[in-house]
Amino acid sequence: MSYFTEENLRRAHETIGKYPRPKSAVIPLLHLAQEQNGWITNEAMTQIAELTGVTSAEVLGTGSFYEMFKFHPVGKYLINICTNISCQLLGAEELLHHAESSLGISDGETTEDGLFTLEDVECIAACTEAPCFTVNYRYFHRANEHVLDEVVADLRSGRSPLGKGNQGDSGEIPPHGTLSRIQQHIPSDRKAGIVPPEESKNEPQWMNQSPGEIQS
Amino acid sequence: MNTSAPAFAAGYINNDGPKLITERFKFEDSFTIERFLDTGGYNGLRKALERKPSEVHEEVRDAVLLGRGGAGFPAGVKWGFCPEGVWPRYLVVNGDESEPGTYKDRLLMERDPHQLIEGCLITCYALGLSQCFLYVRGEMALAQERIAAALNEAYEAGYVGREILGTQFSVDIILHWGAGAYIVGEETALIESLEGNRGMPRLKPPYFPAAIGLYGQPTIVNNVETLSNVPWIIDNGASAYKEMGSETSPGTRLFAISGHVNRPGVYEVEQGVTTFRDLFYGENFCQGIRDGNQLKMFIPGGGSAPWFFEEHLDLPLEARPVGEAGSMLGSGAIVVMDETTDAVQACLRVVRFFARESCGKCSPCREGTTWEEKILRRIYEGKGRPSDIELLLDIGDNISPGPYPVASFSDQGLEAVPFPPSQTTICPLGPSSVAPIVSAIRRFRDEFESRITLRESIPVAAAPASAEGGTNE
Repeated sequence: MSYFTEENLRRAHETIGKYPRPKSAVIPLLHLAQEQNGWITNEAMTQIAELTGVTSAEVLGTGSFYEMFKFHPVGKYLINICTNISCQLLGAEELLHHAESSLGISDGETTEDGLFTLEDVECIAACTEAPCFTVNYRYFHRANEHVLDEVVADLRSGRSPLGKGNQGDSGEIPPHGTLSRIQQHIPSDRKAGIVPPEESKNEPQWMNQSPGEIQS
Repeated sequence: MNTSAPAFAAGYINNDGPKLITERFKFEDSFTIERFLDTGGYNGLRKALERKPSEVHEEVRDAVLLGRGGAGFPAGVKWGFCPEGVWPRYLVVNGDESEPGTYKDRLLMERDPHQLIEGCLITCYALGLSQCFLYVRGEMALAQERIAAALNEAYEAGYVGREILGTQFSVDIILHWGAGAYIVGEETALIESLEGNRGMPRLKPPYFPAAIGLYGQPTIVNNVETLSNVPWIIDNGASAYKEMGSETSPGTRLFAISGHVNRPGVYEVEQGVTTFRDLFYGENFCQGIRDGNQLKMFIPGGGSAPWFFEEHLDLPLEARPVGEAGSMLGSGAIVVMDETTDAVQACLRVVRFFARESCGKCSPCREGTTWEEKILRRIYEGKGRPSDIELLLDIGDNISPGPYPVASFSDQGLEAVPFPPSQTTICPLGPSSVAPIVSAIRRFRDEFESRITLRESIPVAAAPASAEGGTNE
């Protein structure tokens, strides 16, 4: 039985078709599995292994290296508070402690209602907008305890908190596991073609002759 | 306060200097193909396609476009390292920005994805690269969405894919996301990750994946900001590019200044002309240290860079003089710390980052960074031992033997040790962890000794209210 839904299985095959070697699709497919379920199960890894022609141990071996992949259930909302140097200088550790006491959980734990998981993370590239945090990888810049409390309250009551802070993002916050909500799709008549290393040993055509006139 | 960051380009501050890669940031819809085409987009690609690939490569080599990822190697030279007659070749774009203090590639990907795509296309055309992989950091969901949308638009409009603009030039650009690992920013680790493996750096030599890279083929790996400069260079020419900046560092670059300044932000700055002092105190830039405080130290090029101090303020923002003075501009990440900063705490925080992010492949780094963090933590918590300072330096010497790069201290009669450091590891992550330790101990040894002998910190000036969360307006 397929772990992936019919639609996600179609996406999985489309993803594999973008790479010269199927193993390159292991990380994208782990993201897809996490999008479907919020975390990555053994069944998901077994199917990813079948689809990409590797063993499920290799899938786990790759996946467990990366922090974003969760191999146990996490909250619907993953709150990542950056405490690296630029954020620390402007009060990120105090913000983290506030979040721990107001949510009643420590770094890495999930609230009993399964809504929030809290993580103390490394630099998330918003250093000039410190201190910052993300919820399911949507940014909240120049945060403070008040902003964090409001975001948590909004999410608890089902409202979108994206008007808060100075977040520079837009749109709703999807459940944990969903990253980009826009997929790259290459129309078949526009595809140049994937280039496996074993084939196409020749210099590309445009290198040794004029590429021809630009049309349009 | 004059111009401040627009909400739609959080952090970006428009100063009066030339703008090569942030020109479109002022438009709220800068990421759409309509706006891109209205503002000269894909002109560089059109001009490139009218020339021979080798001429396009020459143009970029002549421009002395220095890599913006950290090492600062000239892109045009790196492009020339592909072995003769070995095909196919690939392009991998490094969008895994995660050096502490760095915030520029995320802006470029979110605000002007088509500019990056155009840079990729020109590079593929010039070097005969058959496929391009755009590796975006996993945590950057908005950047992924903007690039996916931009690629879909560009494919539809005939700028990417088969027979681009009706010519023989055909290349696919594939959007790929990471999943959270700082080390993947190292180019051979990036390739490992793209092949579906744990992101561990490969043994050198070969030093450049241009020789052996993705799937064992010649591979060019360039940073997002580097490639974003390519369309401007082809559109305007290398000589126009070299009119800006200095001889060894032409053009502009993005600097993210964070920490204790009045107006932190991302600024496009002409290289070699502006100094750190201009940047921190200038009206067009950061407008001084918060609350009129004194500067204590600053990191000039991301967490991996040795620290600078007040006597280095007049150095220009240019790779060579900064390197000779004992540090590096790295990825353009400047972190400013005022007199209220606890040097031991700041050192611990940066070292903790490297300990967490070490991939575990080389023993000196895996064990060394872990012990560095443990020892710094016990010093910070008032449980340090008298031998700990020497022990820290000794561990550092095992990761990076010999004199470690440090800034000059005229008052101590000490000369600078130039960058880069030596290493007993495959990649520079381990040696990077030594930078904050050597910098902090050399300059603020009294603070470490006080923590150890008195079991307390040297009182630093009281932190102002703005340090306790709150906005830093």
